[in-house]
Amino acid sequence: MNARIFFFVLVASLMLLGIFQTVQRHITLDIPWLPGETRTIWNIDAKINFNAKDGPVLATLTTPEAQAGFTKISQNAASPGYGLSFLEDDDAKKAEWTIRKASGKQTLYYNIQVLEDEKSVDRKINEMPALFEKEYPASSTTAGKAIIDDALKTSADAFSFTREVLKQLNADVPNQNITLILTSKATKTDILIALLNEAKIPTKKIGALILEDGRRRQHLTPLVEVFQESKGVITSQLFDANSIGAVNRDNLLLWDQSGKALFELVGGSDSKVSFSMIQQEQPALSALLQKSENEHLFNFSIHSLPVEDQSLFKGILMIPLGVLIVVMMRVLVGLKTSGTFMPVLIAMAFIQTSLVTGLVGFILLVAVGLFIRSYLSHLNLLLVSRISTVIIMVILLIALFGVLSYKLGLTEGLKITFFPMIILSWTIERMSVLWEEEGAKEVMTQGGGSLLVAILAYFAMSNDVTRHLMFNFIGLQFVVMSLVLLLGSYTGYRLLELRRFKPLVDKE
Amino acid sequence: MFFASPFKLKDKGIMGMNQRNSAYIGRYNPRKLYPLVDNKLKTKIIAKEANVTTPALLGVISMQAEVESVETYIKDTPGFVIKPAKGSGGKGILVITKVENGRYYKPNGSEESIAEIKRHVTDILAGLFSLGGSADVAVVEGLIQFDNAFDGFSFEGVPDVRVIVFKGFPVMAMMRLSTAASDGKANLHQGAVGVGIDITTGKAINAVQFDKPVQYHPDTNKELALLQVPNWERLIYLAASCYEMSGMGYLGTDMVLDRDLGPMLLELNARPGLAIQIANGQGILPRLKQIESLGDAHGMSVEDRVDYCKKHFSSSTDPLSK
Repeated sequence: MNARIFFFVLVASLMLLGIFQTVQRHITLDIPWLPGETRTIWNIDAKINFNAKDGPVLATLTTPEAQAGFTKISQNAASPGYGLSFLEDDDAKKAEWTIRKASGKQTLYYNIQVLEDEKSVDRKINEMPALFEKEYPASSTTAGKAIIDDALKTSADAFSFTREVLKQLNADVPNQNITLILTSKATKTDILIALLNEAKIPTKKIGALILEDGRRRQHLTPLVEVFQESKGVITSQLFDANSIGAVNRDNLLLWDQSGKALFELVGGSDSKVSFSMIQQEQPALSALLQKSENEHLFNFSIHSLPVEDQSLFKGILMIPLGVLIVVMMRVLVGLKTSGTFMPVLIAMAFIQTSLVTGLVGFILLVAVGLFIRSYLSHLNLLLVSRISTVIIMVILLIALFGVLSYKLGLTEGLKITFFPMIILSWTIERMSVLWEEEGAKEVMTQGGGSLLVAILAYFAMSNDVTRHLMFNFIGLQFVVMSLVLLLGSYTGYRLLELRRFKPLVDKE
Repeated sequence: MFFASPFKLKDKGIMGMNQRNSAYIGRYNPRKLYPLVDNKLKTKIIAKEANVTTPALLGVISMQAEVESVETYIKDTPGFVIKPAKGSGGKGILVITKVENGRYYKPNGSEESIAEIKRHVTDILAGLFSLGGSADVAVVEGLIQFDNAFDGFSFEGVPDVRVIVFKGFPVMAMMRLSTAASDGKANLHQGAVGVGIDITTGKAINAVQFDKPVQYHPDTNKELALLQVPNWERLIYLAASCYEMSGMGYLGTDMVLDRDLGPMLLELNARPGLAIQIANGQGILPRLKQIESLGDAHGMSVEDRVDYCKKHFSSSTDPLSK
């Protein structure tokens, strides 16, 4: 009895382990349940134009950092003749172009691919940006001071203060102070930054790119990031100086978070940066694989193997499913097959050949093989050489069918070479003996049973969803194993036995 | 309804293949004893030691070079059987019932040339009929002169009696009668008629062919209900004593009746089929359960066990038919 309990504990823990690993992989790595799911990738080009002054040029472009909603997949730059390096210092990521001598109109390209990614988060803010010393004319005036005083009265913290200032700046009927301030040349963004700085609130100017499929010659939208520290935790919020409402970060890529300049140029003038972008849909899995931060997570899985071996495993990992079908058909239904796992091998050949071609080819080969084998049985040969003869015969038949179908224009027929020849030869030999001993009926039952199981196994093994699941979730192998174990302890009736023993029940 | 309800089958105590495999064969038949049963030559040797009669051994061919010598074993016999020592399911058994002027005839009257016989022996040696295809030896046995009591009950072949011996208790028996459909062979799935035999009396209870009930032998039209196995006492005693000899807990014993030598053991089967239930018209499980409930410490001798079964498993006293 204890052995029985141990067995069920084993089966249950195998199944739980498999399910747990599968769900865990889905949640942490974001691998989708279904193969068809796609993810959005933005492909963005930054184009830089400037005039070089016939001397050395050093051009630096600030590039996007990791942020909520987006993950960088890849970046590259194209600019003939220039040396290129991607720099990463504490503040910002940059692309730097250098050349010893350049003159005239220059064009530099920078390309980045970002993945829309819910899991990605903003970088942690470690310290408050410093307030700047320089006084802005707008904020030091009495008008500016009045605005700050008004906003201070109706606010509680840095964020609500910013909102109060924005309300005044963007009021339908601006009051006198605002009108006065707005007459200066500065933009609303600069005015907001100046006012907040005056009120001792640290800020950073952000350049954001609004993502919209197929747009060209776009420019960065200036936003203001406002910082606040409470209980040792620094938080920040984004504000748009031209509106009161909160900034919607959907489709908003924060390109320039350096707080300095988007583009710096030494040795040139009249620089201009413009952006163009397209949206692409990629299968979720390949998009996830490109995510560089996932590399180590995928490291210990089949995905870390060379692609050629991966595709090999794609086939191998499906075998347990075929085996499960065989076990079910034998234990639950009671179908007779010739050779226990031959149906799985046939099913694997069917996957290579496609079902109809495979089926026709298989039946053709076995039928012709049986016919020739019946002649061999008159020759009084030793078994080993007879089987060897059958193997050679099968190879010749495959070659014949291949050439014949090619000449007839049926290129599908060439796939017949995918059949495992030794298995086929043994099948022919056993079927032939079966025919002599038990008659054609038994050959049909066993051959038909084998083919039926093979077709079922083929459907299970070639299904896109099962292929995706079995390949990406190794845990499912444990689930299949526990099911096979469970079936191994089934002592109930088989479906065909219900038919076989029916006369016993009907007697009364 | 195409299918029977599994609950009804369970009520009748009918054992399915999965249950047989895991609850009886797996539990009571030790793996290491299988060779004794699967190899007919070894079975013959242990049977001789246990004083269980078996058909006469004419010769053994174990090497390809000896195939030519097969003629010396069979030349002067009235008939013989060539079988693979490790064959299963009746595969590879060649029966010759008539030898005349160096010509050999199968039960159905067709001639088998000496070349064909040699090829058959060659196939046996190469393992074509053995379990798993391993190399094998061919056993040549004398033909059984079957008892006149079976005249008309069997067509072109030796009828045999299959007794299921569970832990030494003969729990169920059936007679297998060859037919034209089974080509002189006594295997039910090949078309032989199975006749359920009462453990107590050796009389027919019920008969089936291809799992369907029959009243008369399909070839001879003899009424099967008249069948009575002669020498039943001795036969069932021999069957029961196969337990000590083989050590197998769940055993199928195939017995034949020779006109002169009486009941003898033809072969043992470690994986006896389920058709015996259909032939008897009842499930085997209640009987197996009853034997299991006796435990291991009953201390009964072979005679005691046979008497116990005769008392409890007669078709008239069977708890199910009450």
